[in-house]
Amino acid sequence: MPELATEVDRLSLVIEIGGMPVRVHTTDPRFLAMLQDRYAGFVTSSERAEIEFDVQLTPPSFPDPAAPARVTHRLGRWTLERGDFRAEWEPASRTGWIRQTANPYSIDAVLRIVHTLVLARQGGFLMHSASAIRNGKAFLFAGVSEAGKTTISRLAPPDATLLTDEISYVRKQGQGYVAYGTPFTGELAKLGENVSAPIAALYLLAKGSENRIDPIPPGEAARSLLANLLFFAEDEELVQSTFHSAFEFVSRVPVSRLTFVPDARVWELIG
Amino acid sequence: MSKLYLARNPRVAARSLDGEMMIMSGRDSTLFTLNKTATILWQSADGTTPLDQIVEHRICTEFEVEPAEALHDAESLARELASHEILQISEEPIPPRSPVAGETR
Repeated sequence: MPELATEVDRLSLVIEIGGMPVRVHTTDPRFLAMLQDRYAGFVTSSERAEIEFDVQLTPPSFPDPAAPARVTHRLGRWTLERGDFRAEWEPASRTGWIRQTANPYSIDAVLRIVHTLVLARQGGFLMHSASAIRNGKAFLFAGVSEAGKTTISRLAPPDATLLTDEISYVRKQGQGYVAYGTPFTGELAKLGENVSAPIAALYLLAKGSENRIDPIPPGEAARSLLANLLFFAEDEELVQSTFHSAFEFVSRVPVSRLTFVPDARVWELIG
Repeated sequence: MSKLYLARNPRVAARSLDGEMMIMSGRDSTLFTLNKTATILWQSADGTTPLDQIVEHRICTEFEVEPAEALHDAESLARELASHEILQISEEPIPPRSPVAGETR
């Protein structure tokens, strides 16, 4: 009797962001190569993976790229949906699947969402901010679009290591917080370095006519931090835990307003 | 006039920071910053103390205001907080309930 199915090679790679290795399986070598290129510096040879995703590639389509992501939790299983992908992830078994076309943006969104879900249970978060390491300490520069994240990243001096120009990765560690490099880029389109350092300060960016740092009241610090957090889940427990994490963060990390003119002298105030 | 009882909605997250009370809705992540009067209502909303007593003992002692006017304003404010699902209001005492009781996860 002839064989009805052919064994298909299962290819995989491990993408480690924030110290969390995620193994991605695919049967398409071109997609694998695209991931290796997209996540260069974050692809590891680690045998260990905290999450395993099977990527099921679908034929090309033209979904709305601006459609909002929907993230829901039911019976121990997360469902992640956007116009361009659908994914499921079961934390107990550490496995999941992603259905998408062969593009780097969909899996990037899935990874961001999964990291926010994991971090939320550990007191950490992803936030809209650039971040860099200088003199062994990490500094975060938060702000909405046009606030100056890309500008401050572009002005960074040679002795500063850029972690990201767009999305900072914050993990609670002991009594403090650590920032990790991410491959999540903004306008600079330059991947962060895959390194980490304890966070020394969070600056809320504002453009002005001079470079200066001003203290801000704790309530404003908490509100600003919450406004800049990435959070997708429609889940009361995680919303509450992220809310409390933000307050915990502002009680342990100095938060100030950094007003700057767009030139490199602003970095004389940092570090 | 019937009594009105207030209880905190256990499905919101709340923190006081430097005198500011902030509340986040667990349903849609909306963030609220309460003013002084709303903070007093939130802090006093134990489900068993009627609103008129909260007004008499906590609001009229804090602000120079006529009790009847204070009660009218406090009731409006309590209903507004309830519309945002920050408080629960009832004409009967409100028994405490678990934050996620009865939910399927």
